[in-house]
Amino acid sequence: MSDLKTIAVAMSGGVDSSTVAAIVRAEGHNVIGLTMQLWNQRRLAGHEGMPEAVKGRCCSLDDVYDARRVAEHIGIPYYVVNHEERFEREVVRPFVSEYLSGRTPIPCSLCNNHLKFDQLHVVARQIGADFVATGHYARVEYSDVSGRWLLKRPADRSKDQTYFLFGLTQEQLGRTLFPLGGMNKPEVRELARKHGLALAEKPDSQEICFVPGGDYKRFIDAYLAESGESLPDTSGELVTPEGEVIGEHAGIHNFTVGQRKGLGVATGSPLYVIQINRADKQVVVGSDDHLYSRTLRGHRVNLISVDELREPMRVSAKIRHRHEAAPAMLEKIAADEVRVTFDEPQRAVTPGQAAVFYDDDVVVGGAWIA
Amino acid sequence: MRRIYLDNNSTTPVLPEVLDAMRPYFEEHFGNASSIHHHGQETRAAVERARDSVAALLGCSAAEIVFTSGGTEADNLAIAGLAEPGDHIITSCIEHHAVLQACKHLEEAGCEVTYLPVDGRSVVDPDDVRRALRRNTKLISVMLANNETGVLQPVEEIGKIAAEADACFHTDAVQAAAKIPIDVRKISCDAMSISGHKMHAPQGVGALYVRKGTHLRPLFFGGRHERSRRAGTENVPGIVALGRAADLALQSFERDDDRKMSALRDRLQQRILAQVEDAGVNGEGAPRVPNTCNIYFDQIDGEAMVISLDLKGLAVSTGAACSSGAIEPSHVLIAMGLPADRARASIRFSLGKQNTGEDIDLALALVPEAVARLRELAPTPRKGPTLIGRWQ
Repeated sequence: MSDLKTIAVAMSGGVDSSTVAAIVRAEGHNVIGLTMQLWNQRRLAGHEGMPEAVKGRCCSLDDVYDARRVAEHIGIPYYVVNHEERFEREVVRPFVSEYLSGRTPIPCSLCNNHLKFDQLHVVARQIGADFVATGHYARVEYSDVSGRWLLKRPADRSKDQTYFLFGLTQEQLGRTLFPLGGMNKPEVRELARKHGLALAEKPDSQEICFVPGGDYKRFIDAYLAESGESLPDTSGELVTPEGEVIGEHAGIHNFTVGQRKGLGVATGSPLYVIQINRADKQVVVGSDDHLYSRTLRGHRVNLISVDELREPMRVSAKIRHRHEAAPAMLEKIAADEVRVTFDEPQRAVTPGQAAVFYDDDVVVGGAWIA
Repeated sequence: MRRIYLDNNSTTPVLPEVLDAMRPYFEEHFGNASSIHHHGQETRAAVERARDSVAALLGCSAAEIVFTSGGTEADNLAIAGLAEPGDHIITSCIEHHAVLQACKHLEEAGCEVTYLPVDGRSVVDPDDVRRALRRNTKLISVMLANNETGVLQPVEEIGKIAAEADACFHTDAVQAAAKIPIDVRKISCDAMSISGHKMHAPQGVGALYVRKGTHLRPLFFGGRHERSRRAGTENVPGIVALGRAADLALQSFERDDDRKMSALRDRLQQRILAQVEDAGVNGEGAPRVPNTCNIYFDQIDGEAMVISLDLKGLAVSTGAACSSGAIEPSHVLIAMGLPADRARASIRFSLGKQNTGEDIDLALALVPEAVARLRELAPTPRKGPTLIGRWQ
């Protein structure tokens, strides 16, 4: 980038995005710090089973304080923008709804698609920014060959966040900067120290930002109780793949494909959730072997490196954030639907998660597992 | 970049005359006003001169003025000092949080509270006050001028109703003091709050008028400062500044400065409305303080508007900042019946004594352009929420 731009930095109050702000500022750009207020961390605090107060997570006052101090330290204007309503509508409610439907959602991808790379881009453009920079570990490049913006894995594979970014459109990618794409975490912390950022040693956040302690079941209970809705009764039977009833369960939202703990049945060999049937409220359990499948169907497809899947394509496909991408054939089977056929069966293909397709380092696209 | 400040309902710059008046009370005249020696006598005299000035501004006697740390303390002192558990309080839903939260607190402690609605111009109906009266109504608290819209409330009528019902009447005059002439006798209120930093004195000083003979329980316990109504060593430089600001306000009324300010405000408002479509004034048609106008610009996001204008050097405000600094739609505009979208698309412009016609011209050069840009870049309305699954 030779000429100077106006860049809005999405600042969460963490080390990564703070360092991004310091980097682009040091490059001489006109930088504006923005923090999205997405969820009131005190909203469900104290509800039955929920912790009283939440510290040190996204949207907590501590994080806004940290981001504000960084902005002041590096000398950029800084604003907090309120997107709580949209976050609840586009991320939190679908999150609850997915679990109640027997699927396992990924709220971070929804947040990226609907908030960080949509609403924040709108605000950024409205206030005169050409680009939005974030602290994601990923890379964006323009391909002269295809004339498309490419999303690529970062230099530090252990930090790769491309799985959560598969929904980005060409227009969004064209206005996005990922300055950390070429760095690893120790390098980022070193840069943070070099820029004198007080939060250089702040620990990474891991959990879903609005689910304190990671206990999503309690969150769903508290959320529904707060909005005056009752938890739908999705209790039913635990069955074997052969249809034999071996127990009962309290609700399908308590289960995730691949889950072993908390099934409430004792048998000689370990049992896993292999399927959740919403219609008859059945949770199918079986041995580890039953968890493996060779194909999956994905819908609501987003393609990045190509504009169309004209013929079957060799890819490696990743079916959850911590999954090692596995060789597969990707083909279009309907208007907004693809089939992925793995070379080797994969463990615990989970409806509600995303399947993201790679061609080496390049993200071909992704889809939601049906 | 030339910066223009049109957010004087948030805070105002300290006027040079005010700063000059307070400056000697940091170094030269530093005494504790309660000390018996020369240093104490000097500052005591200054505090009492300031009390005279503030009393003159409000039309009361000096002994009826209690200095506080600001408007919030004055509101809290009035409400918690006049009502106690078992009492009924009448207030309105457009009060400042300093009043609303104090009432909420007393509600938890055992008071009954009625929150009166307002009409579409943000005006409380005195008949609603009358209808809300109960046998145990102890306190009525309705503001003089609203901070968001600048709209004046019918406080004289409410004062009469309170007197007839033998209830105390408190009015939060934080946004009215020094903007319009005030006479506590005409309003017939028992308590009135004002704040220094809304009238060109510094932050950290305010005052509560308490009518002679009114029993007020203190909030603070300590020395016998302020006739045992507010313990704590007086903030002498702040109090001196508040006194000076009160003097200047009285002088400015004699010069008809309030009319000049309302002419400036009207010019800003009229030219904006002439240049921008789908815009209008919140509180239109109701009497207002001369410095405030609250304008909605349909299809814009007020938050993005405030940021855009700030980046170009114009300071205005929208809604209320929550603890993180994010903006929530104003409870006042919502209470007036504005749809949430319009409340979020509303911007408050508030002038101060330092503003000039040139400031208004510069603001006029920025506002229509910003609205046009925001509207052009507004996201196309999306279809309903992308719910992936239904509840059942």
